[in-house]
Amino acid sequence: MTTTVATAATRRERPAATDRAVAENRLGLKLVAPAVIVMLVVTAWPMIQALYLSLYRYRLTTPDDRAFVGLRNYGTILTDSLFWRDTFNTVVIMLVSVAVELVVGFVFAMVMHRVIFARGIIRTSILIPYGIITVVSAFAWQFAFSLNNGFVNSWFAWLPGIQTGADATNWFGHHWPAMFAIIVSEIWKTTPFMSLLLLAGLSQVSEDMIEAAQVDGATWWQRLWKVILPNMRAAIMVAVLFRALDAFRIFDNIYVMTRGAQNTESSSFLTYRQVIEQFQLGLGSALSVLLFLTVLLLAFGIVKLFRVDLARARGEG
Amino acid sequence: MRGPRRTRGLAVGLAAALASTTLAACSAASGSKPEIIWYTNPDNGGQAALAKACSTSRYTITTQTLPQDATQQRVQLARRLNAHDSSIDLMSLDPAYTAELANAGYLATIPAALQASLKAQSFKGAVDASSWNGKLAVAPFWSNTQVLWYHKSVAQKAGLDMSQPVTWAQIIDAAAKTGTKVAVQANKYEGYVVLINALVMGAGGEIVSDLTKGVDAKIDIDSAAGRAAAAVVQKLAHSAATPPDLSIAQEGQSESTFASASGGFLTNWTYIYSAHSKAMGDDLGYARYPETVAGKTSRPPYGGIGIGVSKYSHHVALDMAAVKCLTSPTSQGKYAVAEGNMPASAAGYAYPALQKAYPADLLKLFQQSVTDAGPRPATPYWSDISGALQSTWHPPASVNQGTPAASAAFISDVLHGRSLL
Repeated sequence: MTTTVATAATRRERPAATDRAVAENRLGLKLVAPAVIVMLVVTAWPMIQALYLSLYRYRLTTPDDRAFVGLRNYGTILTDSLFWRDTFNTVVIMLVSVAVELVVGFVFAMVMHRVIFARGIIRTSILIPYGIITVVSAFAWQFAFSLNNGFVNSWFAWLPGIQTGADATNWFGHHWPAMFAIIVSEIWKTTPFMSLLLLAGLSQVSEDMIEAAQVDGATWWQRLWKVILPNMRAAIMVAVLFRALDAFRIFDNIYVMTRGAQNTESSSFLTYRQVIEQFQLGLGSALSVLLFLTVLLLAFGIVKLFRVDLARARGEG
Repeated sequence: MRGPRRTRGLAVGLAAALASTTLAACSAASGSKPEIIWYTNPDNGGQAALAKACSTSRYTITTQTLPQDATQQRVQLARRLNAHDSSIDLMSLDPAYTAELANAGYLATIPAALQASLKAQSFKGAVDASSWNGKLAVAPFWSNTQVLWYHKSVAQKAGLDMSQPVTWAQIIDAAAKTGTKVAVQANKYEGYVVLINALVMGAGGEIVSDLTKGVDAKIDIDSAAGRAAAAVVQKLAHSAATPPDLSIAQEGQSESTFASASGGFLTNWTYIYSAHSKAMGDDLGYARYPETVAGKTSRPPYGGIGIGVSKYSHHVALDMAAVKCLTSPTSQGKYAVAEGNMPASAAGYAYPALQKAYPADLLKLFQQSVTDAGPRPATPYWSDISGALQSTWHPPASVNQGTPAASAAFISDVLHGRSLL
């Protein structure tokens, strides 16, 4: 109640805008208008178009067969086992890759933060995979896991279940080995990005606080769990959020490595196939709308999970 | 003051230069010969050489290469044609997608006189595969077919009489006995459906029929023939003759398996002879495509290319003249010698250099196989049917006697929009 009254009072006390301020506001609006229009054309229009198309039975090569079907496309998708199987694949890829990347990325961030010799070389070496185009890295990993000329089979032949020669292990011949190869390539490619974001968070943790904890007799683990990680919560959230959304959209690795064979399709691959390969503009648009909503939900969930006040994290609080 | 003046001068100069270049380009374009752009499937330059040979004083034919994969070729062409892209004049089309593009109205009608001459010169299988609604939608250019390639030493060791028709079961057993492999195309792609279709048709059945009914076509794969086809895939996938990369093998991988030390048998297109006859010498054997069921004549796969003319081209009449030259028996013969892809006409096979380059019995086998071939169903919905088959029959190790019934139900659901593909 007090807050409301105070706010109302503040509002009442605010002086009326001067002519100059009004003119400046108007000019500001005029200056941003082109950018807003471009944004609407580039992002909002395709989204509205997708929403509109998702209500139709519409296939590019049979235009005479176009008909309004309402929400039937959504019904077809949500009751289809293929959609749920691909969503499950996507979630598995996202959870495993983000979890592994968070741990490995943090170790890399610590190395980059603390290293005192050859700092430039070590930092650059850690970041190299992220500089490689995803399609190129996917091809590199496909060759690595290839049963004809890949090194994985020959290097790891000592592990049970991995074979070389005439009966070499076919990594892309079965579901879970293929998923493993895809996840490995994803982790290799994007761990540096995760470590870069975590490094930014790590460098913001006050050295005084860590020293104070050390003086108080806190062990290394205690300093990590009680001082460093809690103070990095916003950075960790941003890293997890970015990577989770990125992993949820996974497409390139799967396209190059399996083309979706052995049931390794992701949600975005399914959408691609419906729209681009099957020319099913109606069903494909409905899928892309669902994908968009899932990503929104995911972003909202992660922000809630970390209970971080974004305004405060930006230093506005 | 000096700066702005110099900039303005520079701008005026650039604008003048640009205007004069544009005008020059316009005048050059209006006065020069029309350029016919032919989108070809990738090869070693055979189609580009034909384009050069068929260019005349009235027009120049130039080529642009489509993606390697037939599915990607379809995607690129259909999307651009749907956008009325006039920069595509001619296109090399895989028979699997001719019906779809013709039904969508993307292809220009071939004049009656050209239709008549193309029909007269081409094999019946080539005419059927190039037609939609009883008319030629594309001009048959080359007709591919698969035969059984084998190592003579392996067949001899296994005691297989290759002068008689052999069954799939026989070659799988022979390879297992000799420690060699049977290489086929079984990746999740169109090439695997080519195998499934050949197996089903070889057992006297069909995947779908009544094709004019579109999505309501009759789905026939859940039949004795479908189950015979499934039995062959099942036997191959669980045999000692299975290459380790069976489930990801396309033409190239199966070719490598055949050429390796464990190579035994291979079903693949006609170009295998030109690619391997030198290295393998007398050991390279060839026979008719294997039988699905003993005693029932096999129906070898039909492939090839037809040349279509875009409805959105700015010079359709000239395009038709170009097509006539590109698909003439001489052009077909030249192309067969250059690329190992066989002509779509008997007259093409008569090309002297082709007769010289290949053994007479092999050319006879190719022609007989094209004549008896079992083409994939010509329907605008083939990509859905093919995709549904790929989903239910892949990986080969998952195929069992229930697969044909499952694929029939899935094809129906996909065609009627009840299921995602």
